[in-house]
This record gives sequence, C-alpha cells and structure tokens, in this order.
Amino acid sequence: MDSVLRIIIQRLGLGALTLLVVSIVIFIAVNLLPGDFAQAILGQGATPEAIESIRRDLGLDQPYLSRYFNWLAGTLQGDLGTSFAQANFASFTGSQELTTVAAQIAPRFENTMFLAGVTAAIAVPVSLTLGILAALYRNSVFDRATNIFTLSSISSPEFFLAYILILFLAVLNPLLPSLSNIFEGMSLSERFIKTLLPALTLTLVVTAHMMRMTRAAIINLLASPYIEMARLKGLSPMRVIVVHALPNALAPIINVIALNLAYLITGVVVVEVVFVYPGIGQLFVDSVKIRDIPVVQACCLIFAGAYILLNLLADILSILSNPRLRHPK
Amino acid sequence: MTRLNRRQFAVSALAAAGYSSRALAHDSPPPHDHVMGGTLTAGLSGANTSDSWDGRTHSDLFMIASAMGCVFDCLTENGADGTLQGELAESWEASADAKTWTFNLRQGVTFHNGKDFGADDVIASLQMHVAEGAKSAAKPIVSAITEMKKMNDHQVQFVLENGNADFPYLLSDYHILMYPADDIEGAIANGIGTGMYRAVNLDPGVRMIAERYDGSYKGMAHFDSIEYIAINDNTARMNALLTGQVDAINRIDFKTEALLRANPNLRIQEVTGNQHYTFPMLTDVEPFNDVNVRRALKYAINRQEMVDKILLGHGQVGNDTPIGPANPYYAGNMEQLAYDPDKAKFHLQQAGLSSIDIDLSASNAAFEGAVDAAQLFQASAKAAGININVVQEPSDGYWSNVWLKKPFCACYWSGRATEDWMFSTAYEAGVPWNDSQWDEKDSARFQELLVTARAELDPARRAEQYGEMQQILRDDGGVLVPMFANYVQAVSNKIGTPNTIGNLWQMDNARMAERWWMA
Repeated sequence: MDSVLRIIIQRLGLGALTLLVVSIVIFIAVNLLPGDFAQAILGQGATPEAIESIRRDLGLDQPYLSRYFNWLAGTLQGDLGTSFAQANFASFTGSQELTTVAAQIAPRFENTMFLAGVTAAIAVPVSLTLGILAALYRNSVFDRATNIFTLSSISSPEFFLAYILILFLAVLNPLLPSLSNIFEGMSLSERFIKTLLPALTLTLVVTAHMMRMTRAAIINLLASPYIEMARLKGLSPMRVIVVHALPNALAPIINVIALNLAYLITGVVVVEVVFVYPGIGQLFVDSVKIRDIPVVQACCLIFAGAYILLNLLADILSILSNPRLRHPK
Repeated sequence: MTRLNRRQFAVSALAAAGYSSRALAHDSPPPHDHVMGGTLTAGLSGANTSDSWDGRTHSDLFMIASAMGCVFDCLTENGADGTLQGELAESWEASADAKTWTFNLRQGVTFHNGKDFGADDVIASLQMHVAEGAKSAAKPIVSAITEMKKMNDHQVQFVLENGNADFPYLLSDYHILMYPADDIEGAIANGIGTGMYRAVNLDPGVRMIAERYDGSYKGMAHFDSIEYIAINDNTARMNALLTGQVDAINRIDFKTEALLRANPNLRIQEVTGNQHYTFPMLTDVEPFNDVNVRRALKYAINRQEMVDKILLGHGQVGNDTPIGPANPYYAGNMEQLAYDPDKAKFHLQQAGLSSIDIDLSASNAAFEGAVDAAQLFQASAKAAGININVVQEPSDGYWSNVWLKKPFCACYWSGRATEDWMFSTAYEAGVPWNDSQWDEKDSARFQELLVTARAELDPARRAEQYGEMQQILRDDGGVLVPMFANYVQAVSNKIGTPNTIGNLWQMDNARMAERWWMA
C-alpha cells in the first residue's frame, strides 16, 4: 500500500506543476488574442478615453508579468479574484459589492457536475453492457450494428447529434424539453427530465470509446490459456467473460472511463450552449468572448484539475485492480 | 403617410401647447377585453452574467424588457404607435425657450415595497446617472440638466443648459428608471420599482421571474406572471419556441424565418424601426473630402439588392439618413436614391476623375453580412468606374481599430427615438461618434439647423427643419445608409398581441409584459 501512497503524492505534485503551466499558457494565449476586455465590452462605444479608463480601473494597464503574478499570488491564497465584468460593473455604478469568481463559478460547476453525473450513470452501464455483449457475440450482426451505431455517433459533431435528438425527441415527438434551463430550487425529478436530452447527447458521444475498449480488452484476453481452461471446464460463454475475463480487462476499461468522465466535465461546452444549460462551459465561452481572464483562468484550472484527478483515480484503481502493477520492476 | 401625420399631430399636441398627455394614455385596448392570467414565457437574447437591476448598465434586450418593460417605469413612455405618453409623469409643460420643463407626476403610485412615489424619487433616480464614479450611458442626458427643483410632492422642475424640445422623449430612455429615493441600493439589489410586475427572481444570464403587482397604477396586468429565459443562441431560441417551451422569441434568424412562418401555431411579427446598417466615410480624408466623390458612391451602391440579399427582404432601403420610420419627423416622402452607374460616373467626372480606387474595411462585427454587403457594393460600383477593394478586418477589436479610424468601413446603428438625439450622437460636428468626421466647415447649414431645431417647439417648423436636414444628409452627407433592418420576432398563437406593435425596440418596444395577453 505504501507504493500506492507514494504514487498518489508524486502525481499530486506533478499535477500542481501542470496546473501552474496551464495557467501560464492560458494567460499568454488569452493575451495574444486580438482585442482585450475593454475593447470587447465597449464594442461600438469604444472611445480611447473609455478604453483607457476601464483599463486603468481593472489594472489592465499594468505589465503582463505583474498582472500574472498578482493573480498567482491571490490564487495560491485561495482567492481567484473578481471577474473583469463584475469589477467593471462595480466601477460603473460606484458600488463596492463584488461577486468573486469563485461565487460565480460554484453554481455553474455544480450544474455541470450534475450533467456529468447523469450522463455517466447512463453511459457507463450502457457501454459496459454493450461492450460485453459485443465481445460475447463478436462478429455477429449485433456486434456490427453496435459498432456502426456507436462509431457513427462519435464521428458526428456534438451539435448535430443534439439537433437530431431535439428533432426526434422534442419536436416530432414532444417527449422531452429541448431547453435545459435548470435553476436552483427545482425539484430533482424536474431537473433530471430537463437534463435528459443533453445527457443523452453526451452519452452518444462517449459510448463508442468505452464500449469498444471493453470489447477489445475482453477479446484480447479470450485467447489466453486460462480462458481456454475455463471454457474447457464447461462454463457458459457469459460466465467466462463476466467472471473470468472482465476482472483482468478492468485496467484499460477504467482508464477509458476516467478519460471520458473528464471529457464530460471539460468538453460539454457545445452541448451546454445548444441546450441553454447553465453550466461552466457556457460561462467559459462567454468569458473567452469578452477576454475575462480571471474567469477563463479559473475555468481552465478546473478543467485541468478534473483531468489530473480523474487520471490519477484511474491509475490508482487500475493498480488496485491488478496486483502485478503494484510492484513495478 | 397617415401614420406620420398622426404622430406629428401627437407631438404637436404635447410640445406646442405644453399640454397634458392624459388624453394620450395607454392605447392598448382596455384590459377587461382580454383573458386575465397565465404566464408569459419568452426566450430572449442579449443576456449577460453581469446583468443587474441597475438601469445605468442596461444595454441589451433581456434587461431592457425585464426592467423598463416589466418591473420598473420611466417618466415617459414611447407608445406602440410612436406617440410619447406619460408613464410616471402625468403631464408636462415647457417654457417658450424649451429650457425649463415642469413635470406633474402621477399621484397614488406606490413602489413594490409600499413606499409612495414622489418628486424626491425622480430627483434621486436622475442623480444616479451623474453620481461620482458612475459611468451611465444616460449621463449626457442628465448632465444637460443644470437644476432639478422639487416644486411639491408631485411636481418637479428641470432647467436645462440649452433649450431642448425633445426633453420629454429623452426621459423615456430605458436607462432612466425610477427608483425609491430612500433605498436605491436595495432597489437595485432586489428589483423594487413601480412596474406592473414585481420582481421575484433575477438569475443573471439565466432567467428573470416576475409576478403581477396588484397595486399597479397602470391597471391590472394581463398575466399572472412573467418568465424571461436567457437564450442567446439563435437555434436554441427557435427550438424552444417550436417545442412550446416559450411563447415568444426575439431576433429571428432571417435564413430560417420561412420555416417558422410555415408553422400554423406561430406568427411572425415584423416591424421596420430605426436600426440601420451604414458605410461611413471620413470626410476629412482624401478622396472623401470631395462631396462629388461621396455623391458618386451614393449612386454606385445598389440598395435594393442589399435589402434583398443581405436582409433577405426583411428591411427597407435607406436614403443615407439615420432617421427611420420610428422617428417622429421621418421624411418618408423624400425622393429615394437609387442605383444609377451613369449618375455615379457623372459625379466622378465632376470631381475630375474617370475612375477611382477605394479600400472598404468590413467585418461581420459591424453587422451580420457586412462582408457580403461590401462585396455587393464592390460589384455594383465597378460599372461606374469605382474600384472598391474589400478589406476583411478581424471582428475582435473592430470598433476600436477600424471604425472611426479607417477612411471607409461598415457600421451599424440601432437608431434613436428622436432626430435630435440621433444627430447629436453621430452627426453633430465634433462629437466623438461622428463617424464621418463631418465638420462645421463641410456641413455649416446642417449644424445650424441642428441647433435651431433642438429648441424649436413648433412642430410644423421642426418638420421643415428636420426635412431639410435629411435632404442635406442624402445629398452631401458622409454616411451611406443603404438599408434599415427590420426587427423580426415570433409569437405563439397562445398569446394575443395588439394590432400595432412598437418599432423602436424589439418585442413591442420591450414592453410585451405590459401590452400582450393570453389569447
């Protein structure tokens, strides 16, 4: 168990370093984009004086290095700062009350996690089952049909899948709402129904990956001697796969599931926009549009953090599921 | 032109006699004709995560409809037919020089927190815009007031720096909302106004909920409650309407308008207002400093083709003036400029040129389809010996780096309720947004008329003056205004709407909560 602990600590350290690099890259990238917050927010009203005064109020006239280190110092102390939009708004009205980035992101993040959770609850069991069945009936009509269906759905752009689902499940057969405008105080069942269409869209996107990995990992093992032994014992094919092959195939499957879960948190931008789902992706898009660096930075840290933690979790779980990995040579 | 005359009549009734507006109060049919109750759910664009109940920051439809159109009120209101009506002001009168204005406020009006509305609230609400550090878009309007006097609890007197016959119009600006004087901060935090609906919840960038306020002075609201859902994405907005999750949406994509029109459960509302797309040229830069070159360009642009291909027919040709059908002194009968390469050539010769090369900067940040419009212009101008080189500019920073900087570019304006407001924003010599840099020398007569007409209280003389100004703009002006773009919105047949829909803003001047009902 010591080795596992050591791996966790080591990986967390590397993760922190990754976050730092991500924050530097994002800061440089957003600043390389043409236009800044003052120009974006003023639009047609951008007189030189107005731009000047907004830049001064927000500290955008400071050199890049000092702006970055100010932000970094705040973040290390747990203060993600205030979004430019809010700070500008406050200076606009002369008021002092500010909504912090953390307060702005928290409810959005909660919504995104809810969507990811609902999707995972549907997608993971479905793709595991499909993968096992496809391995069981490999090269049959069922196997091919599943492959074609999942591969074509992963190959289509998300917004296209979303519109197809809206067409069939909301417009032609009004079963589900096409608008996922969930809000606080909504009952859980209502929230669930409103979340269903985006969740189904994301399910279509992530299923292929997990299902095909399950199928491939199991088929890979079916040639091994111990499976042959099990088969010779006279076990049913289903039992051979679920009880004998699956536990040994878990490591790669867990890896793929973790990657896809991370995708559900970071890659939902388009789906959130199409369904008007008030999640973190929408906030991210809006913030990039107006070059609101503090919000963009915070969102990116969350995205990167999700990837790092889920990957770490995947590695730990595959190590635990496979004792051989606990003792690296 | 019956409409124009009616409007002019109304303006004269108000301004000339300095007379009461009581007779002109709400033109929609009396509420008891309609079914009461139900919820109006609308999907609106123009929402932001930084939205709040502070009128000084409002700039797009979502908050304008939520605040001015629902929870808050202004002193005056633009009626659907273009007349100016009293909202919280009952009547007003001006001194002969249009410098001193006295407003009589409606009595018995209460805020949603029970406080009585009176003169102190008006003064405090106006002063918000010139407060230390505040950067309100309505600051120019309020800072032109040199003195605000409380005559009694329900009468206020304003003294202006210079005479302005349009002053009551300016007070209908959606920024200038009335807040309770004793707790403006709290009113901004919780949305406490005098409107027909009381704010229940504002989730910035997500939604706004309001419910009927029984004590409203405007009479019983038709709806029990109002729900505005923020949907900035065009397709999502259309889907929401098609699947019946909202009853009305704004800003229909012209490309899909036909599909919506085919749906029997919906109807499309289309009005031509003051929103116009332009190509301003800097008149202090060669070759645009020569009025003959400007005239050549006026004949070299095919306006009808632009309306047909860029707006897909959802608009009206422009006549190189920013004054549109929603303005009181719109000169709709003025002779229309038309595409005529021969005339363009003639004017080019007048300038001593046989052909000319011009760069035209465009980006879709200026308006949807601006680059295509520039290319159409390029093709039509070629026949007149004008070689336009279309320079595609990046959308980011367009307004800072291209507009007002490049000699010839694409631009848009949403227009203003009055002529003077529009002219003094973008055509008065020396103002920062004068995007053709039209100076005193080049436009002496226009600038002179602008000042005279501003303080003129006689509507007949004003009509004459504004008519002449529009003519000057058409003939000599430095801004090409090839088209006025319609406001197009869609409403479910579950909702009843009046015959006349406001054209100053989208969604019945953003006042659908007050004016519409359950059918």
